[in-house]
This record gives sequence, C-alpha cells and structure tokens, in this order.
Amino acid sequence: MMDTGYNYAYLDEQTKRMIRRAILKAVAIPGYQVPFAGREMPLPYGWGTGGIQVTAAVIGPTDTLKVIDQGADDTTNAVSIRRFFARTAAVATTEKTTEATVIQTRHRIPETPLGEGQMLIYQVPIPEPLRWMEPRETETRKMHALQEYGVMHVKLYEDIAHYGRIATSYNYPVLVNGRYVMAPSPIPKFDNPKMDRMPALQLFGAGREKRIYAIPPYTRVESLDFDDHPFEVQTWDGACALCGATDSYLDEVITDDVGGRMFVCSDSDYCGDRRAAGHVGDQGATAADYVRVTEAGQ
Amino acid sequence: MSMSSNPMLSVQGLTHWYGARLGCRDVSFDLWPGEVLGIVGESGSGKSTLLSCLSCANRPSGGQVLYRDRTGAMVDVHALSEPRQRLLMRTDWGVVHQNPRDGLRMGVSAGANIGERLMAVGARHYGDIRAGAQDWLGRVEIADDRTDDLPRTFSGGMQQRLQIARTLVTHPRLVFMDEPTGGLDVSVQARLLDLLRGLVADLGLSVIIVTHDLAVARLLAHRLMVMKDGTVIESGLTDQVLDDPHHPYTQLLVSSVLQV
Repeated sequence: MMDTGYNYAYLDEQTKRMIRRAILKAVAIPGYQVPFAGREMPLPYGWGTGGIQVTAAVIGPTDTLKVIDQGADDTTNAVSIRRFFARTAAVATTEKTTEATVIQTRHRIPETPLGEGQMLIYQVPIPEPLRWMEPRETETRKMHALQEYGVMHVKLYEDIAHYGRIATSYNYPVLVNGRYVMAPSPIPKFDNPKMDRMPALQLFGAGREKRIYAIPPYTRVESLDFDDHPFEVQTWDGACALCGATDSYLDEVITDDVGGRMFVCSDSDYCGDRRAAGHVGDQGATAADYVRVTEAGQ
Repeated sequence: MSMSSNPMLSVQGLTHWYGARLGCRDVSFDLWPGEVLGIVGESGSGKSTLLSCLSCANRPSGGQVLYRDRTGAMVDVHALSEPRQRLLMRTDWGVVHQNPRDGLRMGVSAGANIGERLMAVGARHYGDIRAGAQDWLGRVEIADDRTDDLPRTFSGGMQQRLQIARTLVTHPRLVFMDEPTGGLDVSVQARLLDLLRGLVADLGLSVIIVTHDLAVARLLAHRLMVMKDGTVIESGLTDQVLDDPHHPYTQLLVSSVLQV
C-alpha cells in the first residue's frame, strides 16, 4: 500500500501530533475554536482542506471511511477525498453510514442516527459565527471570552423583521454546552437537532481559517431563537420521488426546461437503503428492478 | 434637578499622556445624579481625551475615576476587570459619538440597532424587543415606518437621533456625549438639543457632554468646565462661567461667539 511516497495518511507525524493536540483541546472546551497550523493540502481551500487534515490526524488502518458531499457519496469532492485516503491511509471505504467509523462531511449530517464509536468530521468554510456582525478577529475572540452573544440575535431579529420568520436556513448558529456560540458549518438547520446530544464525536476543521472545534459525545447543542419565534426546521409538502421518505432532507432537482422537477433525498445512502428495503416513491423503479450500485469499497 | 448628597462620579487627578505628548493633566471633578456637565474648549484642548478616559475607551496614565454603582458602592472603573467594564458600558453607561457611524451598526435596520442593546442585556422576546425599539423611535421623532430601514438611508440628524435612542433604550444612568450636534445644520441642531433637553430631564440622566459650541453648553449643561492645553482652567455654573468669565482664555472664548 505504501507506494505513494507519502507518510501514512499524507501528513507527516509531527503535523498529525499538532492537529491531535488541537483536537484534544477542542474536545475539552466544546464549541471553542482552537487555532492550529493548517498545512497546504493537495486540494484548493474551500474543498475540504480543514476536514481532510482532521481526518488525516485521526484515521488509522482499522478505520472505515465514508465521505459525503451535500449528503451524497458519489459527488466529485466525496469521491476524490475517499480515494485520497484509500491510497494514502489504506483504509477501507464505504458508503454505508452504519459501517463507517469515520465520516467526513460537507453540508449534511447523515439521516441514519450515528452511534458511539463513530466520528463525524465537518468541512468548515467560516468557523466564526460572529463574523457577519463583527469583522475584527480580536473583538470576536473577546466576545466569545466574555460570552457577549447579543449580536447573534440581531441577525435573527433582522430575519423576522424582513421576512416575518427566521429565514436563516443553513449554518444556523448554535449554543454548545450552554457556553460557546458555534457555527455548525453550512449544514441545513434541518440537521441542527441531530447535533444535540449525539452519541458520536463531532469534529470541525476549517482549513483556510486554521481553526478546529469539536462537540464531544452527548453534549447539549441548542439552536438560538426568540421566545416568541422558536427554532423550527424545514418541511416539505411531498415525499422523496425515489424512495418515498417523508422524514429526510429533500433536494429539489430540475428535470427539464418546462418546469419539471422532483424532490429526492439528499442523503444518497439513506435513500438507497430504503429502496433496497422495498420503499418506492412515485417516480422510483419498482423494488424488484432496483439494483444498488456503490463505488466505494471496491 | 435632584441633588443627593453623594456624587455619582468622582474624578481625581486624571492625567493622560500620549507618549511624551500631553492629553490632559490633573483633572478632578464630581458629578451628581441628574446633573449635566459640559466640557468646553477649543480643538486639541484635551476634551475628547478626557472623555475617552472617563468612558473606559482609554486607560489614563494617572488618576482615578470612581463611580457609584446601583448598590451605592464606589468602584474604581479602571481597576475593574474588562468583563465588568464592558458590562458597565452595556447597562449603566452609554456613549453618544460625534459621528453616528461610530455608534451605529450601519448594516442592520434601525429597529435592530435599538434592539441590539436590549438583546445584549438578555432580551429574547422578539415582540417585546420590537415594541421597545418602536417606542424609542417615537421618542426621538422617527416614524414607525422607518423601523426596518437601514441607518444609511437616514439623514444625518435622524442618524444622530437613532444613536441617542439606541444608547438610552437600556436606561443608562450616565451618558457621555462627544459633540452630539457636530456636523448638523443649525435648525436640526436646535431640534436635537430640544429633544436631548427633554430626555435628560424626563429620565433624570447624568450627562457629561463635550462640545466646542457654547450655545449647546448653555442650553444643556448645568455646570461647565473650560479646558485649554489639557488642563481645566475654569469651572462653575454654566451661566456664571459664560456671563462672567474670569480666566482670560474663557473671556476670549466667550467673546469670539458671534452675537446675532
């Protein structure tokens, strides 16, 4: 396996130690952004350089890796990162949420509940939840230190004033363990409730901003809201066109140029599992004809 | 004006150096509850330096600023930890800047600007926050239908009034104002002064107001301190200082105002 010319999992051992120290600190202070000496990675900033460094620091030969991008296992970014670790770290890869020990994700939390012994690693573009209100880094750090989080509600106030409801639908700010306000990375707010007291360890890596933060297992995660405008998640009128699920996050797919569209599960593994189990949506193939094809693990 | 026997703010020997350059030297005064103190003087006389040292924006090189908090205890504000200082600024104190852009969030609506101070002290009910914001917009004579407009769509006078509403919404006890009427035309200044005078009297605020405009000082301030080259050269009741100035510089200052 070690024909790549690189150290195991690409990064050198000193770098991995440095990242692991940052991760330990992050786990010890849930929601606190720990600076780390982010390295150049062989992919551009914004494509998951933070997540990939965290994964490289925690992964081992006995792990099974799943990588998702917007919920799907078969998108370019997910496929490249999965192959990257298959080559450099010789890990088994999978598309099945239940089989994975390490899941690197961008924009989604899998629909299948995660359990103890699993790790969810998020790719984070902008780790600072206060950035929208306060451009100065020195000031935002002070605001975190002193728990001055009033301005976070200003953004939500503006939403209600202009749209009549909290219109923020992704990267919805959360309060971790009653202490730090944290950006959950651009996951839809539909996924926010899954972070609360999740049995799996959640790690967040921001490569460009060089920050790592974490939510240890079973940690309280509350979404910010107003007393008279409580937090709520997105809902859809229809069901997944392929598997008929009504409880998952649905993507709208334009199918032609005359207004045709369908809603399908954004979590491709969840959708595939359901179809394999015989669930059929109104545009899905019948269960007998459905063949599940996966790329990972081959 | 309600005068109690204890000063609310007691400043002793306040001195500030910018390196080798003097900001202000050996300033001492007491401020009683409900009192408006004017600080006048020409540009560069140390007025703003003094104000920034009083309002914790600057740490003075020497001297003390003692503040009587709501429990009646005198605290040395520069000896407080930074979190306590910032809490004081959010709750008991307020600052009105000369340029409204320094005191407002230009990227969020007028309502949110006022609401922010409420949310910063823990308000979490949207309806209440909005009602509070609109109440204050009304008090500073800004129409309800401008609640959701950005401050940058406001005129200079409206921005200044919005800043005042934002500062006063949390009912501070002590407000620092730095040239609140600077940069406004005369008729707008007059209305703003009227408004300020009404609010100060209604709310029983203690105010320290820095201005180079003697008319503003005469209208608002109960007492005056005249500064020159970083030191206080004369102080007393406003009418007394303006009508019977003793120090040659104060005489010059008073006589250089155009009598229309």
